[in-house]
Order: sequence, then structure tokens, then C-alpha cells
Amino acid sequence: MNNIDNQPLFQIKNLKKYFPVHQGLIFSRHVKDVKAVDDISFDIIKGETLGLVGETGCGKTTVGRTILQLYRPTSGKILFEDTDLALLQENDLCRIRSRMQMIFQDPYASLNPRMTVGSIISAPLDVHTSLTKKEKQDRVQELLRIVGLNPDFVNRYPHEFSGGQRQRIGIARALAVSPDLVICDEPISSLDVSIQAQVVNLLEELQSQLGLTYLFIAHDLSMVRHISDRMVVMYLGKIMELADRNTIYLRPYHPYTRALMSAVPIPDPDIASRRERIILKGDIPSPLNPPQGCNFNTRCPIATELCFQSEPEYREIEPNHFVACHYAEPPMNEK
Amino acid sequence: MEPLIRIDDLKTRFHTEDGVVKAVNGVSYAMGPGEVLGVVGESGCGKSVHALSIMRLIQIPPGEIESGEIWFGGQDLLKLSDKDMREIRGKDIAMVFQDPMSSLNPVFTVGYQIMEALMLHKDLNQKAAKDRAAELLSLVGIPEPTKRLDNYPHQFSGGMRQRAMIAMALSCDPKLLIADEPTTALDVTIQAQIISLVVKLQQELGMAVMWITHDLGIVAEMVHKINVMYAGFIIERGNVTDIFKQNRHPYTKGLLGSLPRIDEAPGTKLVSIPGLPPDLCHLPEGCPFYARCTFREDRCKFERPLLEQADHPDHLVACWRWKEIVAEGA
Repeated sequence: MNNIDNQPLFQIKNLKKYFPVHQGLIFSRHVKDVKAVDDISFDIIKGETLGLVGETGCGKTTVGRTILQLYRPTSGKILFEDTDLALLQENDLCRIRSRMQMIFQDPYASLNPRMTVGSIISAPLDVHTSLTKKEKQDRVQELLRIVGLNPDFVNRYPHEFSGGQRQRIGIARALAVSPDLVICDEPISSLDVSIQAQVVNLLEELQSQLGLTYLFIAHDLSMVRHISDRMVVMYLGKIMELADRNTIYLRPYHPYTRALMSAVPIPDPDIASRRERIILKGDIPSPLNPPQGCNFNTRCPIATELCFQSEPEYREIEPNHFVACHYAEPPMNEK
Repeated sequence: MEPLIRIDDLKTRFHTEDGVVKAVNGVSYAMGPGEVLGVVGESGCGKSVHALSIMRLIQIPPGEIESGEIWFGGQDLLKLSDKDMREIRGKDIAMVFQDPMSSLNPVFTVGYQIMEALMLHKDLNQKAAKDRAAELLSLVGIPEPTKRLDNYPHQFSGGMRQRAMIAMALSCDPKLLIADEPTTALDVTIQAQIISLVVKLQQELGMAVMWITHDLGIVAEMVHKINVMYAGFIIERGNVTDIFKQNRHPYTKGLLGSLPRIDEAPGTKLVSIPGLPPDLCHLPEGCPFYARCTFREDRCKFERPLLEQADHPDHLVACWRWKEIVAEGA
């Protein structure tokens, strides 16, 4: 986590992912698109944890899946060591997929109930390596030890484990092929508070031991700020702000980031009673009909005529601090 | 002051194929009128089951309220007939559930579902009920309430559905509102809207609110008192400052330590509680937290600690060693 040499591992450039909407049963025609991810660009730096936050339907999971090519992008580039993943054919992709793995949200749905823990964890080894049976067994036992499970559990089935333990199995599976990038898609949101801390601590330990890079997708802002080096805030398919974790909390430039940060409950009655909350009005618009101009204009407390007419440019406002707002400015207390 | 509701030694269990699940194991406390109580704990700690027991919404069988008394308005709710209980449920005690989609009926309009309680409990005619329903929707901040009455639940967003549920709960001016994780399924910005709405309504209408949640951050800003539950027991109870600043139970300490705080500089390691909560079919004989506690001693394994007064009469803790833990400065 601390040895970031600013070498981008992944470069995402103008990535778009639209899901077409069809109408009509027989003469089905393409009527419009759900713009799940709409023209976003960012780098993932080697060895960092990049947190990706946003509310339901903002496209954060789609970003993760599109990077892995589980969804093929509508347009844009995903550069990994000078290879554009979006252009690769299935065969080449399969080879490169061992270098990027995913940890899923639901530890109940993401493990096959009919497979033993041993066969779940060795499945990626079967696909991507030519290890012998004995070598695979050793590797599985080693992985179980790494994630803090008893290596004797190899012959057990997922239902014998609790949610937190299952998530550890999912982590072991993701690490089996020694990936460079691990995409963690809400890995802790279905776990209890005390178990969340166990899993997050494990992810942090593994990162420092194995030099992993994480894209950590979640809606729990406190947890993302805890684990990430930099954070991306998304809203309706677009990036609103990107900065390091301290800047984004202490000096957010975008009104949405400010509202989001102020909405997070703080477990301390003194601070909770003193701080002022920015309460956004209304709901998130449907991504099927995003507003004209700036995406956020329907809920923005400082929106003007300009925001309804033109879309703000996503720009680097200070070194390593990106924001998309016409009125991006430092928070009140600095002016 | 006469308490609004007093719960004495409530025990609820479920008979399942795997054995008897002891979900609530002797919970006793009282709530005053207009009090806001937070009930916190992890999944399976009995916080929802104890609320459903108060509402008499436990399905029997497999459930069973083994013992206990719930005194409300001079009568023991557990001894009432089903008919008398229906008079109280929804009228004097109302509840808002976690998942607003599955607790609204998809085949009736939102307006009809709100009017139903008004016509039943308040004897209003259709016209008056409709006007009152529109009033309630505007009270909970839904724009164009009269038009929205004719909408079906699927035409509402998640936050609006939860607002409609709150409107429904408030329709008969309840004395006690039980909110069971009402914001868990919602995004943070919508959660902030709902919390500020409930706080505002509580102050305006003066009802008592029981807010059940696993998120200590939420209760920090809105409640007066907190019950911390674990394995069906209240293991600590006190005012907000007691629980957040002078907590005495190792579990409460662990729960707070495992929460990252957005306002603190990151970089410190989270303090996680090792292990898992106990199996409610096979509750340990002694302290339920024994297996995960870092302060345990032999006595904790065999003797179950009862709630006793900690620093002042309103602060109760169930731990044999809390005084020693304070002395050790942990």
C-alpha cells in the first residue's frame, strides 16, 4: 500500500458501456441505451487501492466488470501493459485473465454449493496452470492458510461455512493464480460489522505481503476511505471527482462529493450533533433518461442555468485531483 | 415518570428441525413517552425478533413467546386476544420494516394501503381517509401527494417507498414507532433524508421511537438511549454518551473498534472481534460473548453475568469483569 511508484497498471480511457433497450416482440428495434458507464477515464496505479464509490445504479459494478471484459465495452480503451483489452479476442483474453481476478459481493451466490472448497479454489489453477495434482493440493492448502482458514477444510462444502469464512474462500480463489489486479466488488457489504473488519484487515495484510493492486468497489464510504489510497466518486455513469482519500474527504470540490461525505453517519454523538449535513433533495434520475447538461443538476444545491445547458468537463483542477463541475471550488472554510 | 412500555424478561424461541433456536433470552427494559431508543447488534442478536414479539407478529408455530410480560397502556400485550391486539397494532404501536418493496402490497395503490388503516382504526369514510392520506404523504415529503396516491408501489423509488411506509405507520398517530433497519436498503444520501425526516417528525409529534439497526453511526446522532444486544441478551444499556464514550462491555468496545470512521485519518488497523457469534441452538452456559472475549476468565465460562449498574443508575452492563477492565485502563 505504501510503495506506490506511480506506474499505472491499468489505464482506462474514455470507457463507455451502453446496454441497449429493445422494444417490440417480433420486430424488435433498438430504441435507446442505458448509459451505465459514460465516457470515464482513470488510471489504476500499481500497488495501490483505488476505491470506487457511488450510489445504487451509478455504474460502479459495470466499471469493474468492463475492466475484466466480462462486459465488452461499447467504446474506449482499457490499457494493461500496452495491450488494449477491449480489442483482444477470447483466446488471448483467457490468458490475460489470470492476471486480474474478482472477489464478489455475495459469498453465498458466488460459491458453487456442489463443489468442495478444494475444487473451488483449484478451479482457476486447472484453467490457467499446468500444475500436477499434488502441486495443486499443496497450493490450495497454502492459500487456505494465507486467508486464515484451516487447511484441513479442503473437503468441506460451502454450506458448512459462515459468511465471513465463505468470503475468505472467495479471496483464496481470487489469489490462486497470483493476479496483479483484484477487483473487489462490495466484498464486505453482506457481512456483519465485526466480520467486515476481519475481512478488511485480511485484504490489507494480503496486499502488503503479495504486492496486490485493488480496485475496491463499495458504497460504504467510511470503509472505502479506510482501505483506499485514492477514491473515485461516480454518479449516473460518470466520474464526479477523483482524488486521494484525504483530499476527497477534507477538501472535496464537487457539490455531490460534499453531500455524500456529509451524509455518512459518524459513530460519535458529540461530532454527530455538531456537524452540518447537506441533505440532497430527491432521488437519483433513471440512467435511461439522464438529465441534459450536468448529470447532477436535478439534485445539485448550486446548479445554475449553465449546468442545465452544458456538460462540465472532467479536468485536473490541481495535481492528481480531477473533478467534473462548472463550479468546482475548494470547500467554504478555505475561501 | 410512568413508562410508555415496559418489557419484563421476554423470551422468544423458535422450534426448528435443527433444535430450539433461543432468539431472545430474557430482555427487560422500559421506554418513556417520547423517548428515542436505539437497539443495536449484529444479525441474529435478537433485535428484530424482540421487536416482532412486542408487535405480536411472531408466527406461532414455529415461534413461541416462552415467557415475559409487555406492559403497554395498563395491559399485558402478551395476554391480549388477537382481536384486541389488532386494535393496538398499527394504531398505538406502528412499525416500519427494512425492505420497503416486500412490505408494500404490489397489487394495491399506495393510497389505498394508507387509507386502509385510517378507515379501520379511525372510522374515517373514504373521502376523509383520502384527504388524510394525501396530508400524510406531504408530511413525509412526497411531492404532488394527491396524484401520488393513485400510484402503485413499483412507481415509487426505494426512498419514496420507505417514506410511504412511514406515512402509513404515522397514519393513526402512534405512541410508539418501531423502525426495524428502515434505511439499510437505501443509499447514504437517501438514508440521510429518511433519518432527518424521522427526527423531525418525532420532535413534532412527540411519539416514542425504537430504532433498530446494526449501524452505530446512525444511532449516534438521533437517539437518547441505546440497548446493545448480543445472542438474544441485552449486554449493555445506557445513554448515548455512556455507550460511545464510557462503554464498559468488551463487545461494545469491539463493535466500535471495528467501525472505520470517515472523519478519522486512515492508516490505523481496525480492531476486529475474533470468531463468530454463538449458535443460538446451543447457547453457552456462561457469558454468551465468552468465546470471542479478550478479557475472559474461567468464571465467565460457567456463570452467566446479569445486567448490573455500571457508572450510574441508567447505565447497565452484563459483564463480570467490567470494573477490572476499567481499572486496567483498557
